[in-house]
Parts: sequence; structure tokens; C-alpha cells
Amino acid sequence: MRKMVVALVAAVVVLALAPSVGADTAESTDTVGSTDQQQAQPDQQTITGTLRYERDDEQVFVEGARVTVEGEGGFSETVESDAEGRFEVAVPGPGSYTVTLDEDSLPGDVGLTNDRPSLTIQLRPGRTTAPALFPLGIGGEGTRNVASTYERAVRLTIQGLRFGLIIAMAAVGLSLVFGTTRLTNFAHGEMVTFGALMAYLFNVTLGWDMIPAALVAIGISVIAGSSFDRFFWRPLRNRGTSLVSMLVISIGASLFFRYIFNFQFGGRNRTYNQFLEQDPMEWGPIRIVPRDLTSMVLSVVVLVAVALFLERTRMGKATRAVADNRDLAESSGIDVQRVINFVWAAGGGLAALGGILQGLSEGVNWQMGWTMLLLMFAGVTLGGLGTAYGALVGSVVVGVVHELSTLWIPSEFKTVTALAILVLILLVRPQGILGQAERVG
Amino acid sequence: MDWGGIADATLRAFVGREAIIYALAAIGLNMHFGYTGLLNFGQVGFMTVGAYGVAISTLQWESWTGEPLPLGVAVLVGMLAAVLLALLLGLPTLRLRADYLAIVTIAASEILRFVIAAPTWRSVTGGSDGLNGFAAGFYDLNPIPSGRYGFGPWRYGSRELWVLTAGWILVLLATLLVWLLIRSPWGRIVKAIREDEDAVRSLGKNVVSYKMQSLIVGGVIGAFGGMILVLSQNTATPGSFVTVPTFFAYAALILGGIARTWGPVVGSALLWGILAFTQTLVNELVANDYIPSSVMDSTQAGNVRFILVGALLAALVVFRPQGIFGDRREIALGDR
Repeated sequence: MRKMVVALVAAVVVLALAPSVGADTAESTDTVGSTDQQQAQPDQQTITGTLRYERDDEQVFVEGARVTVEGEGGFSETVESDAEGRFEVAVPGPGSYTVTLDEDSLPGDVGLTNDRPSLTIQLRPGRTTAPALFPLGIGGEGTRNVASTYERAVRLTIQGLRFGLIIAMAAVGLSLVFGTTRLTNFAHGEMVTFGALMAYLFNVTLGWDMIPAALVAIGISVIAGSSFDRFFWRPLRNRGTSLVSMLVISIGASLFFRYIFNFQFGGRNRTYNQFLEQDPMEWGPIRIVPRDLTSMVLSVVVLVAVALFLERTRMGKATRAVADNRDLAESSGIDVQRVINFVWAAGGGLAALGGILQGLSEGVNWQMGWTMLLLMFAGVTLGGLGTAYGALVGSVVVGVVHELSTLWIPSEFKTVTALAILVLILLVRPQGILGQAERVG
Repeated sequence: MDWGGIADATLRAFVGREAIIYALAAIGLNMHFGYTGLLNFGQVGFMTVGAYGVAISTLQWESWTGEPLPLGVAVLVGMLAAVLLALLLGLPTLRLRADYLAIVTIAASEILRFVIAAPTWRSVTGGSDGLNGFAAGFYDLNPIPSGRYGFGPWRYGSRELWVLTAGWILVLLATLLVWLLIRSPWGRIVKAIREDEDAVRSLGKNVVSYKMQSLIVGGVIGAFGGMILVLSQNTATPGSFVTVPTFFAYAALILGGIARTWGPVVGSALLWGILAFTQTLVNELVANDYIPSSVMDSTQAGNVRFILVGALLAALVVFRPQGIFGDRREIALGDR
């Protein structure tokens, strides 16, 4: 027990001493509000926006672009954006307005990145302004020719595969820890975030090259994963702490670490300072930036290596043996504690790699791991809890569905779709695709 | 250092709005986790449907008919929504292992939050801005004439006093309900399910049905927590319904004592007292430069309570799973 306290204190000290990587507006969700909220009715309501894009890392504002605002009762007004790219339309009152950007009035190579030139905006009573957001970009993803459904499907499938492979990599640890200890570790997402933030620390704060930064971050995460088990979970197992208790403890640990990350890193989404802007490569309908291609190839290589490891090496076989039947494995001479510790270390490293790759594509923030955790659960459950390959198959399916669903439903629902799969699979086939039926019950 | 201010904030928090909201959420969790052994990690989902059930029904009724909807009807809608959610969650998961329920409930609460924050149904749910202006019915019931009441640190205006009075009455009613249920034959079966599901099944009881009833009762009580949360501030935003409140409720429950009648109530009051104390203390220390801003600035100070609750939750389960009032033999946690 004393060991655990020492380990926890040490962890806190290390985290607190780590150079504050940034402290912007914390987006800590505050559940406490004032009792009396009064809102003054404004005299004038407006719809505003700023049209800008980035060219060679510099902000360029679009002047003279035409924006039309149409509302109920025949209200219609067209304005042109000023030198700062701003447009502002005063509207008669609350209600629903359609804001349309005339794409022909944009400079030649600039286009909307989301193919939505027309937005519907609800102006609620009590608000003075409502923003109309038109994300702009040059060439590449920002061209204005609208992609066909087929092309979008191909593009989204690739995106989904990339994301699914990353989830799979991060989820291997989750699944193996569950397999060997029966613990559903809710703090696994924080290992993903930890790896990504460590890489950020070396890459951006200390200015290292991305690749050594990533390698060192993964190394630290392996040590962290191993120590987390050695000094925290093993003493708990030795005390005979029940699984339900450990589940609640993992939730506490998750909350604790997540907000330490927020404390140190701030609430913003940040990017590594390498591999940011790349020209996409194209083969027919396939278009992918080298960064994402590398990420996918790397994920596949690592996952194949994990599979080979589990199949061929002594340690891998021992891991599967412990996952299959712990007591039998122990009585046949396998050092179960060592296997579990190894699984935690390897899981930490894989989670960190997943976090870094995801961070390269979509940026790093303090709760990225927590967001991915539910998708990992979905993937692992879909594949079959406790099976390594199940986690792989399930995660890839979840990743692809996550992206492809945006073809038919609004993109804000993609996480909902992935989580809905989780609920659905539990209804139909609770043991998952590759799981054995008798394991559940 | 404003020690008086810190003491006032702490004393007020013991009986404050948050203590009420989390007491209700924790009483519901006590029903689920403490008495039945159901690992519900999505209590905030029940709070969400309760809150938005009241808000949406009130606002929609008003825009259809122009008449205000009686508060009782709105509350009923919120309760029905909670019952529906319990059925939806329970059907796929109550037959499965405990950790599946944990994963599905947390996933469902996130699905709900995404749905209410989505721009697609903004006209109904208010999207990420949320809804406001639906609490007139609640404040119209306020019998307290305007003015200031109370003594010492507990001085409240009429509206605030009404929120606290109504809230604590609800907490008492919920506690009474759970107490009556648990000392009834129904309660004995539910507790037996927690101890040994198979034994109960072999006695011919429909275990899934009992678990479902428990899920519904606890969920509806949690929904009242959500209603108080949004009615008291006349605003409902998706930001209030992230996953974190569930774990605050767990911390309150375990602090007070699992499977104890007054455990969740005392736990919630204590938890918010502790949180108010540390938060105001840290804020004061930062504001007066006792903690240099290189170590912590005022935005970072906002994270302290979350870090504290995480550590408290883990430490309680490790060192004192029975909390203050609990009995080690009677909890689903612990070393069995």
C-alpha cells in the first residue's frame, strides 16, 4: 500500500514539474451556473462572419466576396466582405435565416473546404449576433468542384481505415489488459493522451525533430504503463480488490489524469510542428497526404508485428495462455505477474503510438484519449472483449463506419453512429464477432 | 486572504444547489449500484433526459398553443423520458456482465449529449447554445414573498430560497421512497440480486425484471436532479451534461456510504463542502500570489476540483470503500 502512495505522489510530482506546455482558456466544463440569468433584449441583431484562408502559413482575408442573407417574410440582403474579410448583415429579428456564399466571387483557387455554400442559421431571441462560418482553403481539399458520392466514399473509407487502424493499435492494450486481468480499464484513454502530449513536449516545447520526439515519448509511455501496473494495479490485485472496485478506481484515475493534462496543457487543440502541410498524392479517386499514408502503413506494420508476436514468441504465447485461463497458465509455470506487467508496458507504448499518429493528423488536446476510449470500447466489444484480433477487426470496422456514416447523415453524428453500433452489437451478438459465446453471461 | 469568504462559501455549499442536484443523482445511483449492484456509469444520461424533457415540453407546448404548460405535466414528461431511457439501456445490457452495462450507459449518455448539441434539431433542442426561458412555471409556484432571508452565511433571496427549499424537499422525498422500497419485500429481492443473482433466479424470481425496475426508479430520481439543475438556472445547455457529473455522483455516494439511506445525501453535502473549500482556497491563493502564476494561474485553478474528485474517488475505493456510514459487508465494492 505504501508503494502505491509513493507511486501516486511521484506521478503527480513528475506531471507537475513537467514544463507547463501551455495554459490557455481551459475548457473545463463547469456544471455550476448562476441562479439568475437575465438577458437583455438587444436592439439590433446581426449575422456576421469573416472570410479568410491560409496561403503559405499566412492569413489572407477575402475582400469583395458576395454573401446573401435570406429570411422569413421575404427578407433578402446581399453584402460584400470588406478588406478584413468581414461581412455583417443586420436582420429584422430572431428567426431562421439562410446565408449563402457566392463561390464565384472568391479568388480563383480558393474554395469552400466543406462543400456547404449555404448555411441555415437560427437567430435566437436574446442574442445580438450569430456567426456564419465558411471555412476556406486553397486547392487540395479546398477546391470548389464538388466531389461525386463515389469519390467521397473512397476518400472517407481511407480516412476511416486510417482512424480505425489507430483505434485498433490503441485498443490492443485495452483488450489484452482485459484478457489477462479482467479489468475494464477506463484510464486507458489517458495513456493515449499521455503519449501524444509527451511527443508534443519534446517536439514543440523543446523543439526536437518529430521522429526522435515520438520515439522518446513512446519509450516514456512504455515505462509509464509498466510502472502504473507495477506500483498501482499489482498491489491492488494482491490485496484481492474486486473487479468492480478496480473499475471505479480506473474511472477515478482517468478523471485525475485527464484534468492534470488539462491543467498542464490547456484546453486548446494544438498541432505538432512538422508534417503539417503536405500536397496530397493521387491515384485515380484515391487522394491521400503522405503523412496519413505513412501513418496507415506504420499502423499495419505494427499490428502485424503484434500478431506475429502473439503467435510466435514465448512471451506472446504466454500472454495468450494467461488470457485464456489464468490459473492453468500459472500452474504450468508461467509468471503471470510478469506477463501482465509486460501487457501493460506494451499497451502503454501502442497507445502512445496511436495517440501520436492521431495527433499528427488531427491535432493534440487534453481529452483526445477519452474521446477515443468510447470508440475503442465499441471496437473491442464489436470484435469480442478480451480477444486481440477481435479488437483489431472491430476497431477497423468502427473507424470506417465512423467516417462513412457522414455520407448519409450530418458529420456531427459520426460518433453517435459508432456508439450506436456498440449498443446494437450487444443486442444481437454480445460476444462480438470473434468472441466465444460462453465467455459472456 | 479572505478567510471569512472561504468559510462562507464552504458553509453555503453544504446546503447549496449542487449538493441537492448531486444528492438526487447519488440517491438514484445508490438504488442502482448500492442496492442492486448495477454499474451505471451514465447517470448523467438520466439527468439529461429529465432536464431536456422539462425544457423541451414546456417550450414546445408554448409555441404550439401559446398557453403555458403546467409544471406538473412538464415534470411528468421528464420522468417518462427517464423511464424510456432506462428501458432502452436495460433491454440490451441487463442480461450481460456488469462491465457491459458500464460501457453502454456511458456510451448512451454521450450519444444523448451529441444529439442535444447537434445543430440538426436546433429548433427543438437549442443545439450547443441550449434552451432557456422555461422555468416560469417553477418560479410561479414560489410561495416565498420577495426579500432576503436567513442568517450568518446562509442568506438567500426569495428565488434562491425557493430553489433550495423545493430541492431539499425532493431530496427528502427521494430518500424516503428509497428507504420504504428497500425495507419492503421488493427491496430484499433487489439486495439479494446484488449478493447472488443465480440464487435469486433459482428461487423463481425474474431477475432481469427486478433489475429493470431498479434501473427505472434510480433513473427517475436522477432525472429530478437534472430538472433541478436546469429549472434553478432557467437554462439547459449540453455543456452541463458531459460524462463528469456521473463520477461526481459516484464520489458523493461512496464518500457518504454505499447502500445506506442517508449515505448519498450526506456524501453530496460533504463533497460540495470540500470542493467549495478547496476551490475558493486555491482561487484565493492564486489571486494573492501565494501560489506563483508560473505554477498555477486562475484558468488552471478551475481544474483543481476535477483532479481532486478523481483522486478522492480512487482513494476512497482503495482505502475506505464503505465511506463514512457504510457497512463493508453490504457493498458491491470491497474485497469479496
